[in-house]
Amino acid sequence: MSSETGKILTTDGIPLEVSLKKAERKNKIKAFLLVAPLLLFLLITYIFPIGDMLMRSVDDKMVTEMLPKTFKSMENWDGNEMPPEEVFEAFYLDFQKLVEEKRDGKLSTQLNYTKNGFKSILKKLRRKAKNFEEGNYKEQIMAVHKRWADVEYWRAIKRRAPAFTSAKYLKGMDMYKNEEGEIVSVEEDRRIHRVLWLRTLEIAFFVTLLCFLMAYPIAHLLATLPMKYSNLLMICVLLPFWTSLLVRTASWMILLQQQGVVNDFFVMIGLVADDNRPEMMYNKTGTYVAMTQILLPFMVLPLYSVMKTISPSLMRAGKSLGGTPFVTFWKVYFPLTIPGIGAGCLLVFILAIGYYITPALVGGASGTLISNQIAFHMKSTLDWSFASAMGLMLLAGVLAIYWVYNKLVGIDNIKLG
Amino acid sequence: MALPKYTEPHYRIWHYVYIFICTCVFFFLIAPLFVIFPLSFNAEEFLSFSEGMKNLDPDAFSLRWYKDMIYGTKNPWGLAAKNSFIIAIFATLGSVLLGTVAALGLSSRHMPYKGLIMATLISPMIVPLIISGVAIFFFMAKAGLAATHTGIVLAHIILGTPFVVITVTATLSGFDHSVTRAASSLGSDPVNTFMKITLPLILPGVISGGLFAFVTSFDEVVVVLFLAGLENTTIPIQMWTGLREQLSPTILAVATCLIILSTLILVTAELLRRRSERLRGINR
Repeated sequence: MSSETGKILTTDGIPLEVSLKKAERKNKIKAFLLVAPLLLFLLITYIFPIGDMLMRSVDDKMVTEMLPKTFKSMENWDGNEMPPEEVFEAFYLDFQKLVEEKRDGKLSTQLNYTKNGFKSILKKLRRKAKNFEEGNYKEQIMAVHKRWADVEYWRAIKRRAPAFTSAKYLKGMDMYKNEEGEIVSVEEDRRIHRVLWLRTLEIAFFVTLLCFLMAYPIAHLLATLPMKYSNLLMICVLLPFWTSLLVRTASWMILLQQQGVVNDFFVMIGLVADDNRPEMMYNKTGTYVAMTQILLPFMVLPLYSVMKTISPSLMRAGKSLGGTPFVTFWKVYFPLTIPGIGAGCLLVFILAIGYYITPALVGGASGTLISNQIAFHMKSTLDWSFASAMGLMLLAGVLAIYWVYNKLVGIDNIKLG
Repeated sequence: MALPKYTEPHYRIWHYVYIFICTCVFFFLIAPLFVIFPLSFNAEEFLSFSEGMKNLDPDAFSLRWYKDMIYGTKNPWGLAAKNSFIIAIFATLGSVLLGTVAALGLSSRHMPYKGLIMATLISPMIVPLIISGVAIFFFMAKAGLAATHTGIVLAHIILGTPFVVITVTATLSGFDHSVTRAASSLGSDPVNTFMKITLPLILPGVISGGLFAFVTSFDEVVVVLFLAGLENTTIPIQMWTGLREQLSPTILAVATCLIILSTLILVTAELLRRRSERLRGINR
């Protein structure tokens, strides 16, 4: 609009442009106010607590707060030679304060994590420190034990100065920072977490593949059958979808146990001997079978909704142009279903990668996933910061997959039922 | 799916193979649910078919486990069922209220940062439950709401709202906004317009979202495992403990009841979906 000539005014003399903008802003605020309660609720109860997880997972303030003066005086120490007297004095003062507050035990546990051998020398220091004279703390402390005169131990203390640490994340990948500050892997036979991550990926991948292979034919059947039959068959998909997860897991536990229906059937048809029934539960097999059946509807439904929109005349056209049924299917039908395949696969993969209940019940020791490890640290070892770190690593993976999903299918295209 | 007469033999064979594969998959999907029915009437204390059951001997069947479920002295199923229903009902009400209002705002074309806000609102559905569980537990522990009904209801509102937001937004996408403008031009205030015009039209979406929220809450176990104390035990928690510790046939009786409940919910949801599709079909 040219500024001088074309100003249209409303009846109250305000330029139309301004008036419209005002109305627009009012509508924006109105719409936002409708969303605000839920947004606020989720931010407080859900999004911020996830941020809290992040804080917990990197938090390492404990030692920082226990030795404030020491770390302040260490700022100017380069760590090559023994620290100067002021560091010793600060450490002595900090330590005496901790002893008074009866918190020196915690300090010794924490420092012992960083370097072995702190426990005994701190104990000795505590005993001897009562008779310390004022001044020249360096010599007095170094006289307590020869390790106090070892610069390595002072470097170990300095390493605990930062209030944040990546140790929990490294532990989640079976790595740690050694005394030189390099990141190294733990010994081969103690790499439990890497095994779990790989197993989680493997199970999620194969469950997705199995679901796809099983869902594709039935989704096709559902989409091509006449309405009255397909509605009936749809119940077979929707009933498991609506049934409690625990009920479905329970039914698999009954089916797969050693005296269960599947084993009975195998014995009956002579596949296995009665006294040699295979273990189908409490291992990976159980996890695979149960998770595939439980997640199958999540693959069928998106596939079905895409296939439903494909006109049957396309297949007829392909055939009339001389394509055999297989060629027509492969060149015409299959490419049209790719959006559905993408949606279904990513949905199942995301669900499978974070699965907890089913693997915990039918997975045994060899069929558990990373989620089970998170729950274990939350409930048994109470190492919440480690559980948070692993949870966030899993979340980062899921969000990455979800980002791909969004690019491929679009967040607005999620359909239920 | 009758084949035309001119179909060549190998395609005919392939067709029957295809039908056979489909049958197997449908069987795999639905059959496990039906194992539970007969076993829940088992007269004995085993979770497998007894000889008597295989011979259809009437003495091998009984209502023993159903009686145990209802009258069993040590059984916490009564308390669990009561808790489950109370929590699910309040969580559904909360989710529907918050979710519907938010969906109304999200469907407005004036909504700023739509994509980002939508992603935030449905994030509890995408984030793995175990992570939601940890995060919600940290919040509830800080707020002093761990091991209370209120805490669990709030947690389930978090998990349930995404479903309501999605279903109601979907219903609103086919919504003809001129009817609300017509109402306003006839002098109706916004609240009245919503109650008399908008709500009846989007009701199928609201109810089916509510059903999703109800089922989510009623079936939820991961987050409750972190939050619940002894007093707040729910049906899923009892099933979880039962399946982990003592696998008794009472669980099968409960499972049968749950399957019946889910069948009812499925029928309702399907009827609603069809009604909503019909209504939207007329609008076009």
